Amino acid sequence: MKLTVDGRAFDVDVEPEMPLLWVLRDELDIKGVKYGCGIAACGACTVHIDGVAVRSCQTAVGDVDGPVTTINGLGQPDALHAVQAAWVEHQVAQCGYCQSGQIMQAADLLAAIPDPTDTDIDDYMSGNLCRCGTYPRIRAAIKTAAKTLQEG
Amino acid sequence: MSRIGKIARRTFLIGSAAVVGGVAFGYYMYKRDPHNPLLNDLGPDQAALTPYVKIDETGITLITPRADKGQGAYSVQAALLAEELDVRLDQIRVDPGVPHPAYYNTALSHEAVPFLPTDDGMVAETARGVADAVMKFIGMQITGGSTTVPDGYEKLRMAGAVARETLKRVVHDQTGIHMTRLRTQDGMVITPDGTEYPYTTLAAQAAQTDLVTSVELRDPSQWRILGKPMQRIDTVAKSTGTQTYGIDVELDGILHAAVKINPHLGGALDGFDDAAARTMRGVIDVLPVTGGVAVVADNTWRAFQAVDAVECQWGQSPLPATMDGHWTAIEAAFVEEKRDSTNRDLGDCDAALATGDALQATYRAPYLVHAPLEPVNATVLVGDGRVDVWTGTQIPRFVQNNVAKIAGVEPDQVHVHVLMMGGSFGHRLEDDVVRQAAEIAVAHRGRPIKLTYTREEDVTHDYPRPLAMARAQGQISDGGIKTVDLQISSPSVMGSQLGRQGFPAAGPDAQIVAGAWEQPFAIENYRVRGYKPDLATPISSWRSVGASQNAFFHESFFDELCHAAGVDPVAERLRLCDHDDSRQVIQAAAEMANWGADLGPNRAQGFAFCMSFGVPVAEVVQISQTDQGIKLDAVFVAADVGKVLDPVNFENLVQGGVLWGLGHAIMGETTYTDGAMDQNNFDSFESLRLYQTPQISVLGLELGARVRGIGEPPVPPAAPALANAIFALTGQRLREMPFQKFVDFA
Repeated sequence: MKLTVDGRAFDVDVEPEMPLLWVLRDELDIKGVKYGCGIAACGACTVHIDGVAVRSCQTAVGDVDGPVTTINGLGQPDALHAVQAAWVEHQVAQCGYCQSGQIMQAADLLAAIPDPTDTDIDDYMSGNLCRCGTYPRIRAAIKTAAKTLQEG
Repeated sequence: MSRIGKIARRTFLIGSAAVVGGVAFGYYMYKRDPHNPLLNDLGPDQAALTPYVKIDETGITLITPRADKGQGAYSVQAALLAEELDVRLDQIRVDPGVPHPAYYNTALSHEAVPFLPTDDGMVAETARGVADAVMKFIGMQITGGSTTVPDGYEKLRMAGAVARETLKRVVHDQTGIHMTRLRTQDGMVITPDGTEYPYTTLAAQAAQTDLVTSVELRDPSQWRILGKPMQRIDTVAKSTGTQTYGIDVELDGILHAAVKINPHLGGALDGFDDAAARTMRGVIDVLPVTGGVAVVADNTWRAFQAVDAVECQWGQSPLPATMDGHWTAIEAAFVEEKRDSTNRDLGDCDAALATGDALQATYRAPYLVHAPLEPVNATVLVGDGRVDVWTGTQIPRFVQNNVAKIAGVEPDQVHVHVLMMGGSFGHRLEDDVVRQAAEIAVAHRGRPIKLTYTREEDVTHDYPRPLAMARAQGQISDGGIKTVDLQISSPSVMGSQLGRQGFPAAGPDAQIVAGAWEQPFAIENYRVRGYKPDLATPISSWRSVGASQNAFFHESFFDELCHAAGVDPVAERLRLCDHDDSRQVIQAAAEMANWGADLGPNRAQGFAFCMSFGVPVAEVVQISQTDQGIKLDAVFVAADVGKVLDPVNFENLVQGGVLWGLGHAIMGETTYTDGAMDQNNFDSFESLRLYQTPQISVLGLELGARVRGIGEPPVPPAAPALANAIFALTGQRLREMPFQKFVDFA
């Protein structure tokens, strides 16, 4: 089975029903993608397929029909994506475990709605759980990232 | 009393010694500091200056024994050290260090002693000293109770200062230049002519140099790092998917394990059929472990699938079959034989209440799981004469001992690598996942075994906050509160938790009444009694522990009495408050919220205060009635921690604590049927979402003489402030959590 992840091509020998999450983590060693619930209730596993945010824990690898982007491919510590830079600027993370998924969801939001309202942010981001309660900073970081991307 | 007197003198001496973090004085056996663990694995050209700083030619490593579960513990510990050591935060590495009894946690024991946190008198300090000694004896390297900052505030700065001065002495010995003419900056000792000696080049010689222990800590006005906004050292990693958590451990030859534990707590495994599981792809082994069965496979998902396919015959749970049974046990404990404590007893409640005009109310708080977003996990490798453990844990010393027993080796043969935790909220004060991983690893020697709990196992075998009930009686007179008599029945968290680690908990459990008995109010008749029911549900510390429910009881009832007396809840608290710092906190929150102003139609506000972990916190919650239900609009928080060491992280932790308190008060509930938890994932155990999040304004005050942690204290006032706001909005008094059982939320 062929997969393109973060610009790299892979050939994996796994059951087609294996969730993309576990192919990424255990077969391809892409650990930025997190397991939180396994039932698409928390969003920690969010990645992009063809640029659209999906829950990788509920996406069978056999159904993946486009290039996959993970948090590890969105940007790197020395070349941050605008959303990641905003997350750093606002110091959003506490435990940080949900933030890969939050950032991927936010990147998708800003691609769809470059200048989101508070309601847009509520609607787009409320499937992503943060047990530490970093939501106020997530809101602020999304607004900063929106500004950066529009100016950029 | 003579015994107290003796201990008091010892405590005074040790109290003076404690500020030089880790340097031994050794008056008594278990007050002598254990030897420096870093000396064990140092090479000939390395030097360990104190137990917290390690310098070699490759760089400077700060050893941060308090674990990081998301609260920024590594950063604040590094900043405390760096402030005095004169290094930049980007110049140093941080290592959680090896588990060792040298890293006992002194501040935690202060919470175990029934003296008011505002009481700095000799008897209180003495009792805290005794508790310290016990902590040292057990060697508790525990992260919890918001103690990282109070525990490290002087120890870590002193460690940095001692290291700095000792490095200067090395240069003095080499150059003859007087130490007062040497300065330090960016990890270098600099002579008057500008010659720079990097610490890394001085390390080997420093090992041969006597420690300079007569140092003075810098005045906060001279601080360069502390007290100013700083970037947490884990921020970039956590924004780029490059932070390694326990669940991310990758090792050559690693195998992945999953477990299925009897959902009926305390029940046995009577038998299992693994025929189907063994035929599944990637499955390597199926074996029994404590409490249930485990599957070892070549991939986590395959292990999850296979363990799900194992058919188990489960024994029954000894717990009550229904929640009514749990509550019956709680209610039955309101008798004198079950009385655990009377930590507060002012005036004469019995005489006052005999007049029969008391206002009475009963409050309830449910069990609650921690559910950190990273499911608990552990990786264990059993080798020849050595066992390695990689896990996110708050109790590395217990882990070391427990794994040693399972693997049949000595504790010093077990190497615990503490990794970043994806949250904890108390769950990682438990170690059954590590023990089970060790059991599996013993059966697969030479192969690293990573055991990852499914979310469902993580939730259903979490150790929740206990359920609790309060019976409150009160009186008003002359337009104010005259009598408050609180009885609280709740199982002992300390007994349950320490019991699992083999330490029988003797004496009363202050957590049964924490957040209620020690509040700074001089009420004429004021009594708080704790009762310990017979209920064997395995329970644990949950963010802010006893105060998480007791503040709801205390502050809701206070509000009820204010309403009955027709007085303003803020004014009445100010009238009764007998602690100046708390008074200022109450005033500050009220001012921030413009308390008393008309908020307009369909809006209301509620006030609550709680001192927990020595930190007074006041919160105002503002809400509005919408077509969809009650909406959280804004929260105003004032808290006094003595010193705000990192203003950015402080605000983040306070906001998170408020949301933790509000979210669980609205929707959090854990229930059992036949001893099995009824919720198992984030669909059935709901959690606060972004769209429900109010604006939260935070003010950190710097009033108290002691520096305190902020991870937990913002939690307790949130629930009662919301309940009081709901009463103000609707006239409906909510005396039981979660509130969504009684009102709708938007």
